[in-house]
Amino acid sequence: MSSSQQPAQAPAPVRLITAFGSPFAHRVEVALALKGVPYELVVEDLASKSELLLAHNPVHRSVPVLLHGGRAVCESLVIVEYVDEAFHHGAAPRILPTDPYDRATARFWAQFIADKCLKPLWLSMWTDGEAQARFARETKESLAVLDAQLDGKRFFGGDALGFVDLAACTLAHWLDVLEEVAGKRLVGDGEYPALRRWAKEYTSDETVRRFLPDRDELVAFFAANKERYTSMVRAAVQRQ
Amino acid sequence: MAGGNVELKLVGQWASAFVTRVKLALHLKGLSYEIIEEDLRNKSELLLSSNPVHKAVPVLIHNGKPICESQIIVQYIDETLVGVGPSLLPADPYERAVARFWAAYIEDKLVAPWDRVFRVKTDEERGEEMKQMLAAVDVLEGGFKECSNGKCFFGGDCVGYVDVILGGAVSYAKANEAIFGAKLFDAAKTPLLAAWMERFCELDAAKAVLQDVDTVVKHGKFLVAKNSARASNN
Repeated sequence: MSSSQQPAQAPAPVRLITAFGSPFAHRVEVALALKGVPYELVVEDLASKSELLLAHNPVHRSVPVLLHGGRAVCESLVIVEYVDEAFHHGAAPRILPTDPYDRATARFWAQFIADKCLKPLWLSMWTDGEAQARFARETKESLAVLDAQLDGKRFFGGDALGFVDLAACTLAHWLDVLEEVAGKRLVGDGEYPALRRWAKEYTSDETVRRFLPDRDELVAFFAANKERYTSMVRAAVQRQ
Repeated sequence: MAGGNVELKLVGQWASAFVTRVKLALHLKGLSYEIIEEDLRNKSELLLSSNPVHKAVPVLIHNGKPICESQIIVQYIDETLVGVGPSLLPADPYERAVARFWAAYIEDKLVAPWDRVFRVKTDEERGEEMKQMLAAVDVLEGGFKECSNGKCFFGGDCVGYVDVILGGAVSYAKANEAIFGAKLFDAAKTPLLAAWMERFCELDAAKAVLQDVDTVVKHGKFLVAKNSARASNN
């Protein structure tokens, strides 16, 4: 399906395959909203994946998947960069900085958040004993680095919300949900003040607010899947 | 960056496939740079101060400013340093997204177990990691088909971003059979990738930059023996 088959004035349709509660899909929804892109939401039941999802993301079979004129873009941060580039127009805010050095810095911190915060955070929630202590320690060390990196800034990139904030969204709205469901407190009272302040800024942003899943529904959702996460993580950790 | 005095330093280490990616990118662009070879058991002040978060190579220092993480460095070079030859990343946003997708896949599904296969302690664990790697190579064969569109490289007619990201590890790919007893890019199983590898090695940049395979074999065998021995001493 090529976009040249569409009439010149009509932009190619945009669909986003998502699933309830996904912070990765949240990143893309905020990006699309920042660029003013209209789209159709296709909500998956990940326990029973649709042909549409499997056809368009055969490699990972996961959400989010952006369909633009029938072509699929997968991996949330790849999609965010794509949205920033493909849908940019005069008045729209930039998600990544325009300066190449600043872009490299933004990509660096997004990768740090993914590898050194979110990965061990997830593992620390669904493990116990020595492994759990190790992952919790790694997560907390990384959160301290992030806290220092914020250094009084409103958002990671400065005054405006951007790429790194989207990369860190789990820490703003999902972290305490996970702590509650897993029964594990990672962040103590008074710890990481800059990150806490950032989390409030992020979740009260007028664009972001529209795409934050209801907290009670998130708790119920993660609680219902707790056993599955625990066994998946156990298998992954045994390999390390 | 137009003209002017471009100062490029690459803090690296000969064995690192991640450093090799950056060297490939710089050579493909015809850019000169100073290489600072690190002893990673005794890290320099320069490395520790320019990459305080990870304390790892490679670090590219451009006019005094450090850039870290090999994929990010390669993108930075592509976006900032006007050299010779076409861009590594395509101009079209969709094609760029496809390239980034496969670069991320290589990192998470091929390079991650590849790193573990040297570090794990038992033959059983090594076998598990190798199985993961080979499964990823199978998927990557499809990725090559998607990216190359029948042409020679992931980037099409010319070497592109994904070629550089995978290319950094080519000497290790060639060394795999001697170290672990299994070909990584086996022409019988993944013919496109096997052919790609031979073609990649013919590039001037590859000849200038890729590590000698026998040296990598020795180094790889040493790493495996060292990590296995550490286990049997417990």
